[in-house]
Amino acid sequence: MNWMRHISIYFFLSALIIIPGIYSLARYGVKPSIEFTGGSRFTLISVKSPADTILQSFKEYAPILESFDDTGLTIKSKEISQETVQKNLDLLKTTNPEIQLTNFETIGPALGKETIKKTVNALIIASVLLLAYISLAFKQLKYGICAVLAMFHDTIVLLGSFSLLGHFWGVEVDLLFVTAVLTILSFSVHDTIVVYDRIRELSHKNKNVDYVSLINQAVTETMARSLNNSLTIIFMLLAMFLMGGETTKYFSLALLIGTITGTYSSTFTAAPLLVVWDKYFGSNK
Amino acid sequence: MTFSKPQKISFSIFVLTLISLYIVLPAKLGNFLIPRLNFKIGNLDFSKEIELKQGLDIKGGLQVVLNADMKDIAGSDRTSALESLKEVIGRRVDLFGVSESGVKTALSGNDYRLILELPGVTDPQQALSLIGQTAKMSFALPIYTPGKTASDAATLTGFNPTDLTGADLQRAQVTFESQDRSPAVSLTFKESGKNKFSKLTKDNIGKPIAILLDGYPITMPTVQAEIDSGSAVITGKFTTDEAKALSVQLNAGALPVPVTIISQKNIPATLGADSIKKSITAGAIGLSMVIFFMIAYYGKMGFIASIGLVLYGVFTLTLYKLIPVVLSLPGIAGFLLSVGMAVDSNILVFERYKEEIRAGRDWRVALELAFGRAWDSIKDANTATIITGLILFNPLDWSFLNTSGSVRGFALTLILGIFISLFTGIVVTRNLLRLFFKGKTNIQNK
Repeated sequence: MNWMRHISIYFFLSALIIIPGIYSLARYGVKPSIEFTGGSRFTLISVKSPADTILQSFKEYAPILESFDDTGLTIKSKEISQETVQKNLDLLKTTNPEIQLTNFETIGPALGKETIKKTVNALIIASVLLLAYISLAFKQLKYGICAVLAMFHDTIVLLGSFSLLGHFWGVEVDLLFVTAVLTILSFSVHDTIVVYDRIRELSHKNKNVDYVSLINQAVTETMARSLNNSLTIIFMLLAMFLMGGETTKYFSLALLIGTITGTYSSTFTAAPLLVVWDKYFGSNK
Repeated sequence: MTFSKPQKISFSIFVLTLISLYIVLPAKLGNFLIPRLNFKIGNLDFSKEIELKQGLDIKGGLQVVLNADMKDIAGSDRTSALESLKEVIGRRVDLFGVSESGVKTALSGNDYRLILELPGVTDPQQALSLIGQTAKMSFALPIYTPGKTASDAATLTGFNPTDLTGADLQRAQVTFESQDRSPAVSLTFKESGKNKFSKLTKDNIGKPIAILLDGYPITMPTVQAEIDSGSAVITGKFTTDEAKALSVQLNAGALPVPVTIISQKNIPATLGADSIKKSITAGAIGLSMVIFFMIAYYGKMGFIASIGLVLYGVFTLTLYKLIPVVLSLPGIAGFLLSVGMAVDSNILVFERYKEEIRAGRDWRVALELAFGRAWDSIKDANTATIITGLILFNPLDWSFLNTSGSVRGFALTLILGIFISLFTGIVVTRNLLRLFFKGKTNIQNK
């Protein structure tokens, strides 16, 4: 099948996802959790008063109501000590005799900044190492560059999705999300390598076939594997997203989005990029 | 009678599986008791059931990061001051009787930190107010109450405080006696403490002086003579380690470091228990879907791959118990994700096999070729995952990379997952296929 005839469609499809994502990233950014910004989050149970009254009592700490349901009332605020929360609760005891603090989490702003720095370091190191590894394994820089470009494609899709999710549904980006991004980097590359590996193998076998046909053949031959493999991972992640605990819900979603775009990009971004590269730099013969 | 190589390998795998099952399964399955073997390797006692270590996010508890304020401590003393702080705080934590609590030191740029994990603490505020205090050291005179009869030994009933405190102490150090090179601990007092100590020793020659840290005596040396030089040596039958431990404790008083909480997380145990139950259900459903898919798509081969997959789960759990890997929620996610990746090696091989069959090869040849040829992709692809896994795990503890427990937990399970999946996906499945799989003989044999 001549997959590479429709390169412009693939790039258009990618753009359709990426451009709103980039727009949202530039306009709204992502919604960082207190792990990055510093701050506190705590849950109160047996609350009788309306949420506004409770928020009012914490007003010096810029409280934001996160959720209020049967399980409790969760507030996100500026950094506050557990002692202060407890003192405020004692004042509320007249109207809410059984009010109680269950979850409490606080992170200093310095620690938050440090986490951001370390995250950026990890992303840069991972990109450089993967670029170097693929270029060495395939003995040509173009494989490394195209694989890393496809990897960036997936990263942007993932970041963009979470920027939109954050803007419309208040989904936060935390340390686990960073872990998911790094995992997707490796998954994206993992998938791309399988396709490139086939291109390399075919090019040894058929010396006289032109490069684009080689890529076409490689894509055709790895398609079933790529889809099946992703399906199995998607089964696991979907189960985790739908039924796993609250803590790992968005972590699973991030991995799920990443797996889908990773699968798409290995065939429809990484391989076409090689074709484009060959057209402009044509150095492989 | 001789055995073929696949038979021998399969037999080894079978034995390995039995051993793993012995480790993984609980000692009591319904009414059936698994007989326990009586042997030990290092700390592992195989006669008991080996527990799976659960992280704080599952068990519930308190996690605190403390920042040590080092502005009053000279640069060269900071590392030892942090060690002393860890010792002091570790001891306070022990007072809570929390099992498996952990105190770790962490250096980040110029910040000196302590990370505490206290599983199962139900009153975090009380715990913190006790733990967060600055160490207080004082010198005191023990009070002995004589026994009721002359033959009863006198008992220590309390301490009389003196005006000498940890603030008067410059530092403590391990020294070695000039005569027999036996280890001892030297104390150097500040100008402020010199006279106090001189007077204290003068008044108490031949009597013991207690040094109290947080109100508990850490040592009670007997005064041999008046000391007016401001430096003293505590001798005794110390080993070098004991002398070192004592000097660390004394320094906690000499170099008192105030701490502030920079991060705190209270996790109720119920939340963790609920999450793990959900994760396990999700994992079980995901796994059955994967197995169903593999069998539906690849038939007999898929069935054998599924056996490999189940073994993958058994081996992984075994390693988690043996290493041990502290299982956190992200760790479980890493494990489940690696299950998905474990199937990948099988799919690569099976797709390859189909191609070789289409190319008209006999199934036996196709099978061997498929494993051989798929290996290149499997190797390169997994190396890429290991590279990122290592960056996340940060094994050398580089301070410019993440050291968060949850990220590391995920990375560790992912890396382990890759190695085990390579073993089950390649070695196990290959040998099982060689033994039990029969393909259709290609009619149009070339």
